[in-house]
Amino acid sequence: MNPFSSGTRLRDMIRAIRSCKTAAEERAVVRKECAAIRAAISENDQDYRHRNLAKLMFIHMLGYPTHFGQMECLKLIASSGFPEKRIGYLGLMLLLDERQEVLMLVTNSLKQDLNHSNQYIIGLALCALGNICSAEMARDLAPEVERLLQFRDPNIRKKAALCSIRIIKKVPDLAENFINPAASLLREKHHGVLITGIQLCTDLCKVSSEALEYFREKCTEGLVKTLKDMANSPYAPEYDIAGITDPFLHIRLLKLLRILGQGDADASDCMNDILAQVATKIESNKNAGNAILYECVGTIMSIEDNGGLRVLAINILGRFLSNRDNNIRYVALNMLMKAITVDAQAVQRHRATILECVKDSDASIRKKALDLVYLLVNESNVKPLTKELIEYLEASDQEFKGVLTAKICSLVEKFSPEKIWYIDQMLKVLSEAGNFVKDEVWHALIVVISNASDLHGYSVRALYRAFQTSAEQETLVRVAVWCIGEYGDMLVNNVGMLDIEEPITVSASLSIESSVAGSLLGSLSASLKIFVTESDAVDALEVSIKRHNSDLTTKAMALIALLKLSSRFPSCSERIKDIILQNKRSFVLELQQRSIEFNCILQKHQNIRSALVERMPVLDEATFSGRRAGSLPTSVSTSTGTARNLPNGIAKPAAAPVADLLDLSSDDAPAPSSSGGDFLQDLLGVDLSPASAPPGTSQPPKAGTDVLLDLLSIGTSPPAQSSSSASNILSSIQDDKASLANLNGLASLTSLSPNATSASPAPMMDLLDGFGPSPQRKEENGPAYPSLVAYESSTLRMTFNISKQPGNPQTTLIQAIFTNLSPNVYNDFLFQAAVPKFLQLHLDPASSNTLPASGNGSITQSMKVTNSQHGKKSLVMRIRIAYKINNKDVLEEGQVSNFPRDL
Amino acid sequence: MKDLNCPNINIEIAAQQRQQKSESGSWLRCFRRIQIFVIRELGGVILNRGPKLCNFVDWRGFKVVYKRYASLYFCMCIDQDDNELEVLEIIHHYVEILDRYFGSVSEVCELDLIFNFHKAYYILDELLLAGELQESSKKTVARLIAAQDSLVETAKEQASSISNIIAQATK
Repeated sequence: MNPFSSGTRLRDMIRAIRSCKTAAEERAVVRKECAAIRAAISENDQDYRHRNLAKLMFIHMLGYPTHFGQMECLKLIASSGFPEKRIGYLGLMLLLDERQEVLMLVTNSLKQDLNHSNQYIIGLALCALGNICSAEMARDLAPEVERLLQFRDPNIRKKAALCSIRIIKKVPDLAENFINPAASLLREKHHGVLITGIQLCTDLCKVSSEALEYFREKCTEGLVKTLKDMANSPYAPEYDIAGITDPFLHIRLLKLLRILGQGDADASDCMNDILAQVATKIESNKNAGNAILYECVGTIMSIEDNGGLRVLAINILGRFLSNRDNNIRYVALNMLMKAITVDAQAVQRHRATILECVKDSDASIRKKALDLVYLLVNESNVKPLTKELIEYLEASDQEFKGVLTAKICSLVEKFSPEKIWYIDQMLKVLSEAGNFVKDEVWHALIVVISNASDLHGYSVRALYRAFQTSAEQETLVRVAVWCIGEYGDMLVNNVGMLDIEEPITVSASLSIESSVAGSLLGSLSASLKIFVTESDAVDALEVSIKRHNSDLTTKAMALIALLKLSSRFPSCSERIKDIILQNKRSFVLELQQRSIEFNCILQKHQNIRSALVERMPVLDEATFSGRRAGSLPTSVSTSTGTARNLPNGIAKPAAAPVADLLDLSSDDAPAPSSSGGDFLQDLLGVDLSPASAPPGTSQPPKAGTDVLLDLLSIGTSPPAQSSSSASNILSSIQDDKASLANLNGLASLTSLSPNATSASPAPMMDLLDGFGPSPQRKEENGPAYPSLVAYESSTLRMTFNISKQPGNPQTTLIQAIFTNLSPNVYNDFLFQAAVPKFLQLHLDPASSNTLPASGNGSITQSMKVTNSQHGKKSLVMRIRIAYKINNKDVLEEGQVSNFPRDL
Repeated sequence: MKDLNCPNINIEIAAQQRQQKSESGSWLRCFRRIQIFVIRELGGVILNRGPKLCNFVDWRGFKVVYKRYASLYFCMCIDQDDNELEVLEIIHHYVEILDRYFGSVSEVCELDLIFNFHKAYYILDELLLAGELQESSKKTVARLIAAQDSLVETAKEQASSISNIIAQATK
C-alpha cells in the first residue's frame, strides 16, 4: 500500500514528517499527503474524513496551505456523530477565520447544535462560536446563547457566558440583552460559572455604560461579599493553589471591582475593607499570591482616593521592586507606570531602585524600567537622572544602547535647563553612542549650538576634545566637523573661554609643550593657544575625510568645513587646497564634484571666497523641525542620496552664503563689514520679505534660498533649485557662459564689494567675461520719467533717473546719482539696496567709490529692477549708504517709496 | 526546545484571543496565517533569553508570557493590561492538566503533544474559551474530557461492530 495514501494513519504521517532531514524532503512528504487527501475529498470518501482533517490540521500548523479542506470541516460538522463533530469543530477553529465566506455556511449547523440534546455537542458548538464568531453570526445566534446562560448544566452555562463575551465585543448593541442573565450568574456557587460570569460582567461594563451603572448599583455589595467569603474560605482541595483558594476567582473579582469602583466614591468605599484585607492577608511567597496582590494593587490604584490604602499599595510595590524574582520586579515596574498618574510623589520615592533596574541583566526589565524613568523625569531631577543614564550608557550592551540613547536624547531635549548643559550631555551621548543617534538628534544639536552664540567657542573646543578620543562615533565626528568649519577660528583663538573649561591637551607632537604648559596652568587661556593650532584643526578634518570608515556624509561635511577654514586660516590654505584636490579623484561623484568646485573657488575666485564661506547665520529652532519634515524639495532634486539625509549637512554649509543673506540680527559682532558676504547680508538684511520677518529674529533659511535665487537668477526661467545653489552658480560660471543672468548677478555683487573692485579687478573681469553692462543701452530706453530725489539728508542726496526699456514694462532702469552736500570727501563710498521679494534687483558697478566734497562731482550707479507684480504693486526699496570721512565709517539708511506708481 | 514545530507554541498563540483592540478581533487569525513566521521570530526571542530572566517579553506591541517545562516552551500572547502573573498560573494549570491526562510521571512529553496535538487542543478548549479562562478546577476539566473521550470510544465501538455485522452479512 502506498504509505502516503489516505490509508496512512495520522501517527504515521507525523512520524514521516518528523523524520525528514531537510525542508525539501518535508515539502515532498506534505505534497504527497495533500494529493492523497485531495483525491479522497473528490471521491467523497466518508470513512477517513476525520482522519484526513486531522492530517490537514497538522499540515496547516506546519504552515502549508490547506484551504481545500475547509469544506470537509463543514461536512463533518453536519454529520450526526459526536466524534465527527468534535474533529470538525476543531478543524473549523484552526483552518478557517471569520473573514472567509465558508463560515456563513456553518451558521445553520451551529444553530442546530446549540439546540442539540447532547450537552457535549452544545459545548462544542459554543466553543467554536466563542472562538470564531463574526458579527453576522453574533446577531443570528445571540438568542440561543442567551438562552443557554440558564442551561441546567453549569459547564454549558460557563461556556455560554464566555461565548457571550465574544458576541458583545462583536456587536456591542446586543449588550443590554445580556445584562440581566449575567447578573444572575454572579449569584452562582460553581466556580467555573462564577469566573466566567464575572468576566462577562467585566466586559459588559467595558462596552456599555448602562451595564456599568446597573452592576455598580446592584452587584457591588454581593461581589464584595463573595470576595470576603473566598478570602476567608477554608481549605478547598479542588481549587487550592499554593494555599489560596482559587486565585483565578480572586483575580477576576478584583478586576471587576476595579471597574465598578473607578470614578464612584460610594462603590469604592464599599470595597475598602476587603481590599485592605486582601492586601495584608495574602501570602506573597508564591506566584499565585503575588498575582492576587498585583491585581489588588491595581484595583486600589484605580478606585477613588483612599490615602491609607494607597500607602499600603505603594508599599507592596516597593516590596515587589526589591524582590529577587524578576517576574515580580517586572510587574512592579509595570504597575508603577500606571501609578505614576495617580501618585507621582510616591513613585518618585522608589527612583533609586528603579534606576537600578535600568541596569538589570534582563532586557525586559531594563526596557520597562527605562520607560518608567522616562516618565519620572521632570525639571527638578533631570540632571541627576540623566547623569545616571549616561553613565550607564557606557556599560550597556549594544542592543540596548539604541533605545537608551533615544530616550536620553529625548529627555535632554525636553527638560534641558540650560544650553550649556544640553550641549554637554549631548556631547557625552555622542561620544559614547554616537553611532546610535538618529539624524534629527544631531541636527538639533547643531541648531542649538548655532543658537547659543556665547557657547560657540566652548562647543567647538569641547567637540574637538571629544573628537580626539571618540573618532569612531560617526555622528560626533559630523557635529565636530561642522563646528570646526563654522567656528574653527574660535577653536584656535580661544574666543569665549568659559571659566569651567579645561585647556585642551592633544597632539602627540606637542607633548613637550604640554608638560611645560602644565606648570603654567594658572593662565588657562594662554596655554590653550599653544595647544590647538590652525593646522591641528585642519588635521582633524583631514583625519575625518581620510578615515576609511567615515561615510560619505561625514566626508562631504569635512570637505565643506575645509573650504570654510581656508578663509579663516590663511596660513593653512595651501594645505587645505591639497586636501581638497585629493578628492578630485574620488570615486564618489558628490565628493569629486564638490572637490572640483571648491578648488575653483579657492583658485579663481578669491574675491568672493570669503563671502561664500561666511559663518552660517543662526539656525531658527522653531522652523527647524518643520523644515525637516516638509520642505526638502531642494535636496530631493539633487541626484545623490546623501543630500537627502543632510538638511543640516552638505546642503547647509554649501548654501551658507545664501543663508547669510538673511542674517538680520545675530552676528553683529564678528567679521569686519568689508567683505562681500557681509555686504550681501547688509543688503538683504534690511527688509526682504515684509510679511515674514519681524526685525530681530532670524529668518528661515529656506526663504533665504528663494531670495538668493531671485537675486541671482533674473531672467533664467527654471531657477537652480539645488540647495547648493551658490556653488552650482559658481560652477556654471566656469563652464556655462550662457547663463548671462547669473553672471550679471555675480558681477554686480563682486563689483560692489569695494575691496573686490580695488584689489582684484583682473579676476573680476575674467568673471564678467564681456558680459558687463553696456552703458549704451540706456540711450535706447523707452519713455522717460522725471527724475526724483529718492533720498536726501543733510550730507548726501541721491537722485534717481528712471526709464523703461521699450517692450518690457516690468523692468525699470534706474540711474542713481549721488551728490555730496558736505565739505568732506567721501571715500569707500558704497551704495546698497534691497527690495521685497516680488522685485528683482540688479546693481551695476558704480562709476567711482570716491565722492568729491561740496557737490563737485557725483557718483552714478545704474540698477535694473524687475517687478514681477507689475501693475499691482509699485516699487519700493530700502537703501543703505556707507562711506568714510577721514577714515571714519558713516552709515546712512533710508527707504525709497516715492517711486511713480506705474513702475 | 529546539523543535519549533512543536505544536504547543501554536496552540498557545492560537488560543489567546483576549484582545479589545481591533473590532474585527482578527489578529489572532492573522497569527495563524503567519504562524510559522511568528514561531520563528518569537521563538528566537524567547529561546535567546537566559533561564533566570523574567517570563515576559514585549513583542510587536503585545506582551508574551512564556514558561519553560524541560524542553517545552508554552507561550501566551496577552493584552497590555492583563495580569502577567496570573497568565503564568494559567499556563501551569494547563500543564498540570496535560500531565494528568497523558499520565506521564512528572512532565508532559513533547512527543505526546505532537502526536496528540488534537487532544491538546480539546483540553485547551475546555480550559480557555474566547481567550478567557473558563474553569479553575483541574478535576472538572479532566472529567469533561474523559466524558467526551468515552463518547468517542462508544461511537467507534458501535461503528466497528456495525462494520463487523455488515462484513459478516456480506460474506
